[in-house]
Amino acid sequence: MTEGTTLLNPPPASAQTVAVTVAPPPKLTVRNLNFFYGDTQALKDIGLDIPEKRVTAIIGPSGCGKSTLLRVFNRIYAIYPNQRALGEAILDGENILDAGYPVHKLRSKIGMVFQKPVPFPMTIFENIAWGIRHHEKLSKSEMDGRVEQALRRAALWDEVKDKLKRSALGLSGGQQQRLCIARSVALKPEVLLLDEPTSALDPIATGRIEQLIEELKHDYTIVIVTHNMQQAARVSDRTAFMYLGELVEFDETEIIFTKPAKRQTEDYISGRFG
Amino acid sequence: MMALDIYARRRATNVVAMLLSGLAAAVGLAFLIWILWITVKNGLSAMDFKLFTKITAYADEGGLANAIVGSLIMDMIALAICAPVGVLAGTFLAEYANRTRLGAVIRFLNDILLSAPSIVLGLFVYVIIVLPMSNLTHGAVSFSGLAGAIALALIGLPVIVRTTDEMLQLVPGTLREAALSLGIPQWKLTVQVLMRAAVSGIVTGVLLALARLAGETAPLLFTAFGNNFMVANPLDKMASIPVAIYQYTNDPNPALHAIAWAGALLITLFVLLLSLSARWYLHRHQVTHD
Repeated sequence: MTEGTTLLNPPPASAQTVAVTVAPPPKLTVRNLNFFYGDTQALKDIGLDIPEKRVTAIIGPSGCGKSTLLRVFNRIYAIYPNQRALGEAILDGENILDAGYPVHKLRSKIGMVFQKPVPFPMTIFENIAWGIRHHEKLSKSEMDGRVEQALRRAALWDEVKDKLKRSALGLSGGQQQRLCIARSVALKPEVLLLDEPTSALDPIATGRIEQLIEELKHDYTIVIVTHNMQQAARVSDRTAFMYLGELVEFDETEIIFTKPAKRQTEDYISGRFG
Repeated sequence: MMALDIYARRRATNVVAMLLSGLAAAVGLAFLIWILWITVKNGLSAMDFKLFTKITAYADEGGLANAIVGSLIMDMIALAICAPVGVLAGTFLAEYANRTRLGAVIRFLNDILLSAPSIVLGLFVYVIIVLPMSNLTHGAVSFSGLAGAIALALIGLPVIVRTTDEMLQLVPGTLREAALSLGIPQWKLTVQVLMRAAVSGIVTGVLLALARLAGETAPLLFTAFGNNFMVANPLDKMASIPVAIYQYTNDPNPALHAIAWAGALLITLFVLLLSLSARWYLHRHQVTHD
């Protein structure tokens, strides 16, 4: 319990309280979500509301289903045979899990950044432009502008503006991850899913990504899966704690880390297991 | 005491294993060098300019010009058939049918084709191409360079299917997820990212397939048949280096044996060159995906 409080930066009390009371409308509403890898059930009856233009963190021990949950939100799981999601995930009034919901539309609205930075084997410029080109027809100057905007948004522009024509594989890990964020942001998504985006990065690169998340949340709804509880405490507004495929507790981050309602949550955040 | 015993035993086992595997490697290598040595020794002494200028019709006064041209034509046609089909089939296996029952069945059949005796493939082409052609044209076209090339393509095809499949599977899945999560469709991902990441391996596979089919004799016996004259029309019977070697070594005339050795050296050098360029290419274009 005491350890839980030290995780938090001292909150500016009044501002926080206002944010809490004027809760934003949910961007993504999950109801009765069950997920199966073949016959193994990985998510059990999940229900939660992800608030718009806020950062929602999902924490929990390995294998609790937090990445699985994230992967449901843009149906990336569907590329593998044998993986099934049942239930509802409502984005702007439509169930994205409906077979009829066009997956390419979904993925332009909900972007995803993965644990390991995965630049495409192309130039830095092409890494960003490639995805845009699939969704929109832009002139050369418009495209240049969009790429610059995306790179600026990801706080990468100053480092790469002179080598846009070079291979993205030559960037450092932290730069590559920001490139991946820029690539998603370039499609102007509404939701950004981050699957342990800093677990392969050093502390300095991690700091930059966290700073970036802070800036991006003004325009995007962000869901971040993280192993790092300090990170969840630092960057998120709401935190979901998952355990063994179930959503144990979902509340304001401050509450989760200071006075969680469930015993399991308290045990996990105070480091008693996980 | 006990522990020492175990370590001593492990060291001894290690020495024995090392000696045995070293010996096996030496035996294999010795034969390889021996084969190369004999080919080079006999081939070089018969190597002559007229090999490239005169045709086999002059027998021991002649060369292999028509066989060299015939081999090049048939190998190129074979490659033009099996490279695109093989690369596409390998792509299907790795990207569309991976982890499916259908994919497993096709991979198994491909492995059978890979190890099928080449003479069987020659007979197969004889039955499905040579005979019908002959019936259709009342004997005007029967054995042909085209039929030979098709038989050779069947030799190269499974090699290309397999290397393409394996090379694409080496591309990490995270790259696929990253592209698909941008809403990029599978075909675009395959052509513009995965092929690019795997291209060096695929090209290597194609070169190795060419090396493999260029040395084949059996598939050509009942298909291209052979020809003592220079022809460029793939609907004619066509000479090839391996078949010329086969025919000359069956002849009692030692002058023909010498020409056969020279042909053997030519084809060995060709295959060696292909393998070396495949390695060189792979080495230069190796993309580290990480």
